[in-house]
Amino acid sequence: MKITVDEDKCCGAGSCVLIAPEVFDQREDDGIVILLDAEPGAGQHAAVREAAAVCPGAAIEVSE
Amino acid sequence: MTPPRSVLIVGASAAGLSTAEALRRQGHQGRLTLLDAEPHLPYDRPPLSKQVLAGDWEPGRAQLRSQAQLDALDAEFVRGEAAVAFDAGAREVRTATGRVLRADAVVIATGLTPHRLPGQQGQAGMREPAGMQGPAGMREPAGMQGPAGMRGPGQQGLAGVHELRGLDDALTLRAHLTAARRLVVVGEGVLGGELAATARKLGLDVTLVGLGQAILADQLGGRVSGLLTRAHAERGVELRLGVAVEELTSAGGRVTGVRLATGEVLPADAVVVAIGSRPATGWLAGSGLSLGDGVECDARCRAAEGVYAVGDVASWQHEGLGRRLRLENRTNATEQAQVVAANILGADRPYTPIPYFWTDQYDIKIQAHGLPSATAEVSIVEGDPEQGRFAAVYREDGRVTGVLGWNMPKQARVLRQQHLATQPVATA
Repeated sequence: MKITVDEDKCCGAGSCVLIAPEVFDQREDDGIVILLDAEPGAGQHAAVREAAAVCPGAAIEVSE
Repeated sequence: MTPPRSVLIVGASAAGLSTAEALRRQGHQGRLTLLDAEPHLPYDRPPLSKQVLAGDWEPGRAQLRSQAQLDALDAEFVRGEAAVAFDAGAREVRTATGRVLRADAVVIATGLTPHRLPGQQGQAGMREPAGMQGPAGMREPAGMQGPAGMRGPGQQGLAGVHELRGLDDALTLRAHLTAARRLVVVGEGVLGGELAATARKLGLDVTLVGLGQAILADQLGGRVSGLLTRAHAERGVELRLGVAVEELTSAGGRVTGVRLATGEVLPADAVVVAIGSRPATGWLAGSGLSLGDGVECDARCRAAEGVYAVGDVASWQHEGLGRRLRLENRTNATEQAQVVAANILGADRPYTPIPYFWTDQYDIKIQAHGLPSATAEVSIVEGDPEQGRFAAVYREDGRVTGVLGWNMPKQARVLRQQHLATQPVATA
């Protein structure tokens, strides 16, 4: 699995951090997504897919 | 329960498309059909009033998924065709061209229809009777409107008067704003505030008119809405708040201004009406479904056997709150879609979200989690409003009902986890 994020589309909701905190974080100053792990292990895949699915900015892309 | 062999989703915006994706991800291998009145590939709406209207994004950037991603869904897309009737018992949808589609499970995701001002559409003879407008998620493509669908006041009603629901609306408005000088925004909600901010950025003279006493007063309460209203005033927006619109004034079929109940006439060469919306359920009349404030569903988002609703159009029983809720926000579209897809495939999951919305106006990013009501007591817990960054907690009867960030998105999310996660508005 490979994750890419589009900072320009990120609205700072933090939904991804709520769902997969080991993979995503937010910048302190503006809340934009920080990708902690672009190629997470299998244990994270379901959470990452859900994070991408619910992201209100459609800012997370997952390729497998 | 046997999983359905076929699923039909009516409306292919964020909620409908997310439901389709979640169905595939959760293992649906049967037929999947998406019916949408929009001629465009599915696009996102929040950028319409901001990046697209400002011209910062070319319209394609608002597209939700690439063609390749849509192809990978292995779904049949019926585009540019509105649903006009539904039989819930037979799970049968009739479209504007007379086509009949049926499936084992049907998902209603037709979104909202904007409210309009009296006279917004010009000649009285062209106005539709209330309740007969086509669903907003299911707009007829420009140039294809029949006599029953006199939509798009910019083209067919009073020239210079706009609404903003779809991509075509945004492009029409943008084209007009690049030539206009004086804009009146009617409505002091999220959309009205964002439109005013974008139009100021484009250099227009902007007046914002609204019935409420402040911008977002109903959604955020007096303290924060007061700060937001002040921010608009400081950036040059003329405000007429707590006042009703009497009528649009016009000459030769083109709008010339807005007459207020106070008698004042605000001259305008463009007017945009953002006075809220109603669920797009006109096509469901006589369907057998219960229609109140939206499609009435149970706690599992089920409207009838094999019939579900998702997104702005769905009113469901929130088990945590112990009452019916309908949310008009982007996050709800995708979150509810996950639950609807699971329940279609045999799960038994109640939908109990923590509501969330955001709005970007000028350099201000507001994040609101929970239900920060106008009657709550607001305390600033981090930052300082005078410094342009703060986080606030909303309490009612001592219980936290909402948290808010003003240029503090991360802190707002952390506050949500501290105050709302373990009691997901459930105690309200």
